[in-house]
Amino acid sequence: MAESIPAEHVADHGEHHEHHEMSFLEKYVFPLDHKMIAMQYMFTGMAMGVIGGLFAYVFRMQLAFPGMDVPGWGQVTPADYNSLVTNHGSIMIFWVAMPVLIAAFGNYLIPLMIGADDMVFPKINRLSYQVFLLSAIIILASFFVEGGAFGGAWTSYPPLSSKPQYSLTPLGSSMWITAVALEFVAFLLGGINFITTAMNSRAPGMKLWDIPMVVWMIVIASILFMASVGPLLAGGVMLFFDQQLGTAFFDPDRGGDPILWQHLFWFFGHPEVYVVLLPAVGIVAEVITVFSRKKLFAYKTVLYTAIGTGVLSFTVWAHHQFIAGIDPRMANVFTVTTLLISVPIAEMMFVYIATLYGGSITLPTPMLWALAFIFEFLIGGITGIFLGASGEDIYMHDTYFVLAHFHYTFYPIAIIGTFAGFTYWFPKMFGKMMDETLGKAHFWLTVIPFNVIFLPLFVLGAAGQHRRIYDFTNYPQLAQPWMQDLRVLATVALCVMLGAQLIFFYNIFKSLRSGKPAGKNPWNAATLEWTAASPPPHGNWPEGLPNCYRGPYEYSVPGRDKDYWPQNEPA
Amino acid sequence: MILNYLGPSASTYAGQIDFLFDVIFVLVGIPFLIASGLFFYFILRFKKKDGQPGMYITGEEHEYKKWIHRAHVPILVFDVVIVVIAVNVWYTIKQDLPEQESTIRVVAQQWAWTFEHPGPDNVLGTADDIPTVNELRVAKDTLYHFKLESLDVLHNFSVPAFRLKQDAIPGRVITGWFEPTQEGEFDIQCAEICGIGHGLMPARIVIESKEQHAAWVAENSPLSLAAHVPAGPTSPVAKP
Repeated sequence: MAESIPAEHVADHGEHHEHHEMSFLEKYVFPLDHKMIAMQYMFTGMAMGVIGGLFAYVFRMQLAFPGMDVPGWGQVTPADYNSLVTNHGSIMIFWVAMPVLIAAFGNYLIPLMIGADDMVFPKINRLSYQVFLLSAIIILASFFVEGGAFGGAWTSYPPLSSKPQYSLTPLGSSMWITAVALEFVAFLLGGINFITTAMNSRAPGMKLWDIPMVVWMIVIASILFMASVGPLLAGGVMLFFDQQLGTAFFDPDRGGDPILWQHLFWFFGHPEVYVVLLPAVGIVAEVITVFSRKKLFAYKTVLYTAIGTGVLSFTVWAHHQFIAGIDPRMANVFTVTTLLISVPIAEMMFVYIATLYGGSITLPTPMLWALAFIFEFLIGGITGIFLGASGEDIYMHDTYFVLAHFHYTFYPIAIIGTFAGFTYWFPKMFGKMMDETLGKAHFWLTVIPFNVIFLPLFVLGAAGQHRRIYDFTNYPQLAQPWMQDLRVLATVALCVMLGAQLIFFYNIFKSLRSGKPAGKNPWNAATLEWTAASPPPHGNWPEGLPNCYRGPYEYSVPGRDKDYWPQNEPA
Repeated sequence: MILNYLGPSASTYAGQIDFLFDVIFVLVGIPFLIASGLFFYFILRFKKKDGQPGMYITGEEHEYKKWIHRAHVPILVFDVVIVVIAVNVWYTIKQDLPEQESTIRVVAQQWAWTFEHPGPDNVLGTADDIPTVNELRVAKDTLYHFKLESLDVLHNFSVPAFRLKQDAIPGRVITGWFEPTQEGEFDIQCAEICGIGHGLMPARIVIESKEQHAAWVAENSPLSLAAHVPAGPTSPVAKP
């Protein structure tokens, strides 16, 4: 119903009228417009990404040069080290990958790609960002309270996390779990909006199979998130009670069970990987179809593999707990379900590679990012097989092999996927083209160092180096010179990669000031967002919402002059 | 092959884990090389050329889609091979508990390890037990059971040279086994974050011949110490 009523007339928009000039506060601080909320999420997420990256800089310097005065931080104490790695992980997943991939792209793209003027519930949308911002402030503030920030790893296993006398961070642990819980509330609110909007506000004529893949992926991801987050929120409340009220849900001395938390955490934690993966593969689908001028290979297959992966992801969580003291017979079941995931994920990757077949491929910056996603994620996928195989996990568990593996999945998702989407939709968001030379320099200086950081860590992990240990010189087998050389190599590459992000921010700044005007459709893409003005005004299509006549990927259709066939063009 | 090259392999089952690693390496390496080869080939082969539009392929056509479906056959076969070997290795190390020749107790706490070795009577829990801190002494070619406990938070008893890892959980005693096959001195790491000192609880495992070990036991048992050196320390606490 909302698609036929301009935004200004929706009852929710009571505060402002269509002729009323919005104040700065209304427009930028408390907006109801989905695009502005998306930008809030995007830039908050990027700011948190910079903070998380700088955390990595501090602890990697400590690993490469133990005991040094890290420029900008000073001596890294064991307590510092633990809280930095803990919050690096938490921030990168909960405050970077989630807000940017789901909330920012979801908010920006869903209404524009399905031809709606806004989200169905703009005020819930605004509330979602405000709760999210509060959670981000709490997690950052935890660094400044007595005892410092929580340092019990992003998995927060009790009793370490539940008892202050063990963690030594009486406030930090509670702030951590509070921030995480609030962040989940924010995404529950956002998820309601994404699913409702995509199901109810589509342009007239847009059938389920005409929805662009990225919208589908964000909807499926939101459903996965909603279905998996409940147990962890309950666990979070129990953990908070254990910390602050002295309950004993996870305290073995008083009848609790620490392993219970692990089940609750990973029942959410594993689907969470696919919650952030799916929007990224959706973005990649949009980008590779446009720049290879090809229809997405087997649209429905991609959709079914996404749903299949999502369903399977609920059955694999205990592969994180093989050696945690669960009944050893359970490991056999979870090994089978885990390896089964390789089938739909491999199918998805093959479909993307098949989409390139027979294309007319150009390689502008967004396409480079999208292709890099496919290649790097392949490495992340295959290295997961080592860990999913229970027998091998006995040795590999909690080593740097695990760390390198999940960075090869999360980095393509959260960083490469984000850059693919951001550079692709930048002309729509701001009406200016980005600088290609700077964009390509940024691409190569990000992707090559990424591999130089994490390939050596596979080797170190296979050699038995464990995670979360702040100084390896205490371990004769890990203090060998060749290992230290690899650590230094990884740290140097990290510094190069972090430095290269300055190019990205300079590119945004420069392109906003003096970029070439983009026009409505600079990439000759067929989806609906490219029929709106760049940037789209409040209400997206003031001239009237578009109709939809065909699927989203009609490129190089035989017998037509143009090599793309916009979704809104009548036959 | 690969793991053995990177670090010592010193237990009866380490070779099995190393073999499994090689198998997985080959079985995921082949699909990876094919997929990434095709990926780069397509990018180069189908670069934009003037006057040559992209092909219109929906991907639903049988002649194209069959390639995607056929790829499932080798992947499923590879998965089955990996599962069979992995479960077999898992069963050997974690589910099966072969008859022990000796038993030790491993107690983890923030942030140290205490190891209790049976004395000359080879029975744990008697007066002649030998406790040590941060140093575990075992005999080569002897099958040990370990009883793993924790006094406070989760820890993990990890001996990379054995390819062995097991979480220690407060309130539980977890039993496992190992049999050293090589003399020498190796790292014991804590592999589960356990607080500020997590990186500072390194321990060593010393593997010696049966004769050397028997001599060490005889020499260090509290009973023999009491007999010979009445004024000395009651337990030989190793340097941390």
